[in-house]
Amino acid sequence: MLSSVFIKNKSLIHVLALIGLAILFILNLAEINGWLLFEIDVKGMLRFDRYALVMNAIMLASLFFYLLLSGRTMEKVGPHYADYLALLFFICAGLFMVTGYASLLILFLGIEVISIPLYILTGSDKRNLKSNEAALKYFLLGSFSTGLLLLGIAFFYGARGNFSATVSVDPTVVASSLQLASLLLLLFAMSFKVSVAPFHFWTPDVYDGAPTVFTSFMATIVKVALFAAFVRLFEDTFSLQFSIWQPWVAGFVVLTLLIGNLTAVFQQSVKRMLAYSSIAQAGFMLLAVYAINGDSKEGLLLYAASYSLATIGIFAVLTYLQDYTFEGFNGLAKKQPIVAASLAIFFLSLAGIPLTGGFMAKLFMIKAALSYQPWLAIVAVVMAVVSVFYYFRVIQAMYFRSADQGTQSAFPKAFPALLLVTALLVVLLGIFPEALLGLLYF
Amino acid sequence: MVVLLLLLIPLIGACFLFLYKGDHRFASAAALQVSFASLLVMGARLFYWNTPEMLIFSAPWLTSLGSSFSLQMDGLGTMLSLLTTISYFLLFWYLKGRTIERPAAFFGWLLLAQVGMLGVFLSIDSLLFYFFWELALIPMYFLASQWGGAKRIPVTFKFFIYTFLGSVFMLIGILYLQSKTADHSFALESIKKIRLSNEQQSWMFWLFFIAFAIKLPVFPFHTWQPDTYEESPTPVTSILSAVMVKMGILGLLRWLLPLFPIASYMWGDVVMSLAVVGIVYASLLAMQQSDLKRLIAYSSIAHIGLMTAGAFALNNMAYQGLLLQLFTHGINILGMWILADIIERKTGTRSLDSLGGIAQQSPTLTIFFVIIALANIALPLTNAFVGEFLLFNGILATPSNYYWVFAAVGGLGIILSAVYTLKMIRAIFYGEPNTITNKPIQLESHEVMALSVIVGLILFFGVYPQPLLDMTADFSKELFSQTDITSLFRKS
Repeated sequence: MLSSVFIKNKSLIHVLALIGLAILFILNLAEINGWLLFEIDVKGMLRFDRYALVMNAIMLASLFFYLLLSGRTMEKVGPHYADYLALLFFICAGLFMVTGYASLLILFLGIEVISIPLYILTGSDKRNLKSNEAALKYFLLGSFSTGLLLLGIAFFYGARGNFSATVSVDPTVVASSLQLASLLLLLFAMSFKVSVAPFHFWTPDVYDGAPTVFTSFMATIVKVALFAAFVRLFEDTFSLQFSIWQPWVAGFVVLTLLIGNLTAVFQQSVKRMLAYSSIAQAGFMLLAVYAINGDSKEGLLLYAASYSLATIGIFAVLTYLQDYTFEGFNGLAKKQPIVAASLAIFFLSLAGIPLTGGFMAKLFMIKAALSYQPWLAIVAVVMAVVSVFYYFRVIQAMYFRSADQGTQSAFPKAFPALLLVTALLVVLLGIFPEALLGLLYF
Repeated sequence: MVVLLLLLIPLIGACFLFLYKGDHRFASAAALQVSFASLLVMGARLFYWNTPEMLIFSAPWLTSLGSSFSLQMDGLGTMLSLLTTISYFLLFWYLKGRTIERPAAFFGWLLLAQVGMLGVFLSIDSLLFYFFWELALIPMYFLASQWGGAKRIPVTFKFFIYTFLGSVFMLIGILYLQSKTADHSFALESIKKIRLSNEQQSWMFWLFFIAFAIKLPVFPFHTWQPDTYEESPTPVTSILSAVMVKMGILGLLRWLLPLFPIASYMWGDVVMSLAVVGIVYASLLAMQQSDLKRLIAYSSIAHIGLMTAGAFALNNMAYQGLLLQLFTHGINILGMWILADIIERKTGTRSLDSLGGIAQQSPTLTIFFVIIALANIALPLTNAFVGEFLLFNGILATPSNYYWVFAAVGGLGIILSAVYTLKMIRAIFYGEPNTITNKPIQLESHEVMALSVIVGLILFFGVYPQPLLDMTADFSKELFSQTDITSLFRKS
């Protein structure tokens, strides 16, 4: 179990962090292939099965690209560069706990380990009022939802007498009202954490207020890990009670897709648009929770990889731009053809156009939903068409409009090449998704 | 292997052009050579490489999903690949040495679109089909939006949204069909084995039909088309209307009719009505246009309407006519667009009101224009006559109570097409020359050659269409056996 062992890596330098991540990634791949470096007895609190390990691999790879692409811009946020990296690695430990929990206590601990550093990172731009406001808002609402989560876990213990998440709850044996309360509380708390409507109100403000580098991290890697836990909780622990929670989740899916997509259309700032788009994408990922079958887990893994890479890439470009409105992207294709082409691939992937990872991920999700409720799949694809409206605004600005004077943005030398590699990965996921999914079974 | 070569040649050409940015002379020459190579492969397929092994390619791809990279070239695929390669070659020949902004990207996108369209024509796996369907759309969107006219951004976006909306419904249909197959496969063969109830067929029919109807376009899904044709640069418009709309017809013939024959019969009257209403509606609008490109765009809707009606006539003669018309309509409309482009470039306008009297100064151009325009209204001895004749015969044999209404209203379309075409010829070429048109229009040698080939094809297949009919006879017979409604009812 390599979760928190390597996290002592308080590197002062960017490079050291990258090397640490690369080692972690290789060790993780080795474990997927069955080569364990060492074993620690975790007393049944953690469980690293294939699903958790592949998820960890995806997160580590995303984090690697995240640090490569926007590691340097963290310096602009404030003077404590090393501290930011350390906090990121703390969160990373929390992420492993969340994907590999076998007891609800570990789930709670993991979520707290993720949340507390995130509150700090959100407020790390101390001179910016918006950043302070976002941090306070996030902290207050976050603690409230953590309270709900804890209450849910306490009720769970009251009904079952243990915290085990691996044995599914049998509704015929366990006392029903307490059990039902815990189920709903956990559902609401988790929905809040992954910003699913109607629990999404904190998301736009926090994502908009936080320094852009950290928004990128929150909206991708953290969100994806929490979704992995969400799916696990409802597919393993509460799978026998699906008749109770499935209608709720279906309602959340529709609400999230509608609110996320329709609000994103009207945004003027690309950063805020991305915040709403991340809510909309959460609606798609929620379909993985809704549908209990193999497709949904595979789909979530693909979604995790393609969505994280694409969003990290877009945010990385955004950190180098002065103007966050759509006009800020005008004529980018002429000045920076490689950056623009990569961005176009990222947006096409988010919109779910074939040949990109985003399409394959959406395909799996729709396929999973179709076996339960055809109308849910229809709502999902119509909303995917709506999403084209706001994603393509950026592509139009980059390619078809000419630049205004003076908005020159400078990128570091290696940045376009790195971005292109990320974009090619997204395309590869769209053509050979089995390269990733194969890790699950072989 | 031929099928793979046909896809690979333009793909490699496109990648090469994107990476190696040359000037316009180099880019257009490279594109011309790539298209010539495709044409050679296609020619070799017609005369030498016609063993069944050469025409099929299958490789594992997404095996866990049940999809494979399977291509097959049957009669329909041959006809459309031939049309694609010839059209691209003629268009690039015509464009030789043209100064275009960012020429490498322009030709690269066009070649990429060729990959997408050929993929649509040849794939026999539904997921692969969907992949190529979208792959053909993206290059067209970029081409029209980057090189188009003043209103290009909103207009082409409308085009994109329309087509994308249609195709996602088709995706739901494809996924549903896949879940019904015995071996959870996307292959056409497996889907054909499913037995769907009539109600399920109806649902699937509409999910697929909307995608194809938007692409064609069939009235009332046509509103994107005139705007997009007008705003796109004319070479792109010519590919859109000569080759890309054939994707919709192919969808009807390869996927919709054989997979849902009973629903096609049930809804046949509705679709036929839409098609013939579209013919008359588009013809009437074409008569009102004063913009040359818009006029051709509306005339294209009318032709497509007739072809759609033929597809739902559900009999062998209509299928034969339709398959022939796929090719001839492509060649004729390509000629029309090239001529429109020449006129707009040399005179600086495409408004019918400010043109007139060109015939006195430029007889060569006039001869080309009149022949191609007459082919467009299907005069005997031109290639379109045979196709339309068969189509009308087929529509008269439709298994529907209203066959005579459809045939009569469709026939009205032919008369109207003669009206607007002759009106167009008169407005451009006859009358008194004005200040714009009193200079002679000089055609360059490669332009004359490309147009001569088109006129040659029109006259040759007008007199002797048998080779094309032979090419698709087997496909048409098989399609008829799958959609023959009387024998289907006898079986069930």
